Amino acid sequence: MTDFATNRRRFLRASLAAGGAGLLAGCDALTRRDGFIDVLAAAEPLNQRLQRFLAGDRLVREYPTSMISPVFRPNGSIDPRTPEYLALKADGFAGYRLRIRGLVDRPLEFALDALRAMPSRTQVTRHDCVEGWSVIGQWTGVPLSHLLQQARLKPGARHVVFHCYDDLLGNGGRYYESIDLRDAFHPQTIAAWALNGMPVPVANGAPLRMRIERKLGYKQPKYVHTIEVVDSYARLAGGKGGTWEDQGYDWYGGI
Amino acid sequence: MVETALPAAHTGLAGGSAVSRTVLRHRWPLRLMHWINLACMLAMVGSGLQILNAHPALYWGEASHFDTPLASARAVTRDGELRGVTQVGGARFDTTGLIGVADNPQGRPVRAVAPSWAMIPGYRSLAAGRRWHFFFAWLWVINGACYLAWSLASRHLQRDLAMQGRDWRGIGRSIADHLRFRHPHGEEALRYNPLQKLAYLGIVFVVTPLIVLTGLSMSPQLDSVMGWFIELVGGRQSARTLHFVAMALFVLFAVVHVLMVFYAGFLNEMRSMITGRFRVREARQEGHDD
Repeated sequence: MTDFATNRRRFLRASLAAGGAGLLAGCDALTRRDGFIDVLAAAEPLNQRLQRFLAGDRLVREYPTSMISPVFRPNGSIDPRTPEYLALKADGFAGYRLRIRGLVDRPLEFALDALRAMPSRTQVTRHDCVEGWSVIGQWTGVPLSHLLQQARLKPGARHVVFHCYDDLLGNGGRYYESIDLRDAFHPQTIAAWALNGMPVPVANGAPLRMRIERKLGYKQPKYVHTIEVVDSYARLAGGKGGTWEDQGYDWYGGI
Repeated sequence: MVETALPAAHTGLAGGSAVSRTVLRHRWPLRLMHWINLACMLAMVGSGLQILNAHPALYWGEASHFDTPLASARAVTRDGELRGVTQVGGARFDTTGLIGVADNPQGRPVRAVAPSWAMIPGYRSLAAGRRWHFFFAWLWVINGACYLAWSLASRHLQRDLAMQGRDWRGIGRSIADHLRFRHPHGEEALRYNPLQKLAYLGIVFVVTPLIVLTGLSMSPQLDSVMGWFIELVGGRQSARTLHFVAMALFVLFAVVHVLMVFYAGFLNEMRSMITGRFRVREARQEGHDD
């Protein structure tokens, strides 16, 4: 009886362990298959539809200045070493120009002073990193809608791509990101030149970074030099619409 | 609950005294949804740990106070050796091998919130973890909605799960029975006992809404419509912490649930959830003879 019970227990334990290990190894093998990842990715448009259905174009919450985090934790690139960025940084970003090009009637170029002289929006918002943490900061900048209206979009314009100075992956490429027009024209989407009342620090994207408040951190590029309006982002870099997207992250960045 | 007593009633052989009959214990939609639910839960716990692994610290409030997390998993080097340290409030535990430092798929100890066998995927990939998590979250929510609709329409909820007067009156005896590891036989085994009902109802109507709402609350976009809930729970980081706590409650429930299955008769219970057939033994003496 005892032998039988022990054997049965041993058998059960062994089969559970084998079954469990097999199941998990199977999960890893599946994850490495593009076809399977595409099946899992079917949830992404669902997230997009649900979030847009529920949230519409409402504003995210803004906070009193008393809730500003002591340090706005930087992540990703925090000190770009690309030659063009180092040259700009060396003379205090005096030579910086923001370019707007692509499917626009009037390609534009602005120095920092010109951007600071434009209508601005100041917002104390929460930054949510895809890793899970949050910090609160006060951002001041030009609404992207203002810039795009000045440049006047051509018919066929669907996405806005941000080109940046940093080489996040260290492979000679440059960080880029993209959003659609609905997020581009949201009132809290701004090209920010100040954080907590001071020029944006290098770690947080000096001299200009995007604040797209309804998005996760990786969708809010730092060190932006060019805003390109396109009909499709498929021809750029890895074709997925952003540096992190080309690494397997979802384009909409749901939840 | 017992819809059909299958005609093939047969006599139990043990001791020659017990008579058993086979009944349909769980109907097929319930059985199907039960196993879909299990698959989703496994996928979501595993991929959830993968996501937590990207920043293995929990906070209270709206933003993260990086110096004072409620709980965290860290890797420290002590005497040239990698040790895993779990911090909860002011307490610190060495949890090397399980939390903080655990084996990767190649069996090498690395900084990780959980061993690779508990994470999906087993190797470090926040991007893939998110894909798994959201896909199975949708499947789980759809399955849960079907379960709720079916339970209402078939009156499973009202007849089998809702607490009745006699359940409330019998709660003391049910606690005593559980403490003495005495479980119901015969017809009694065909009803959910009061503690079982409370556990199921708590999972379905308290923990499930909590995990769904705290999950949605973490979206910076849904922040614009869920502000009331986020403020109710104390902030976005509180919601993230509660999402983890609700997961822990699910795991606790599942562990007790499986223990109960073993205790009440593994094969009979498993068969009743796979084929629906459950054997009831009648006229049996108290205690166990096998």
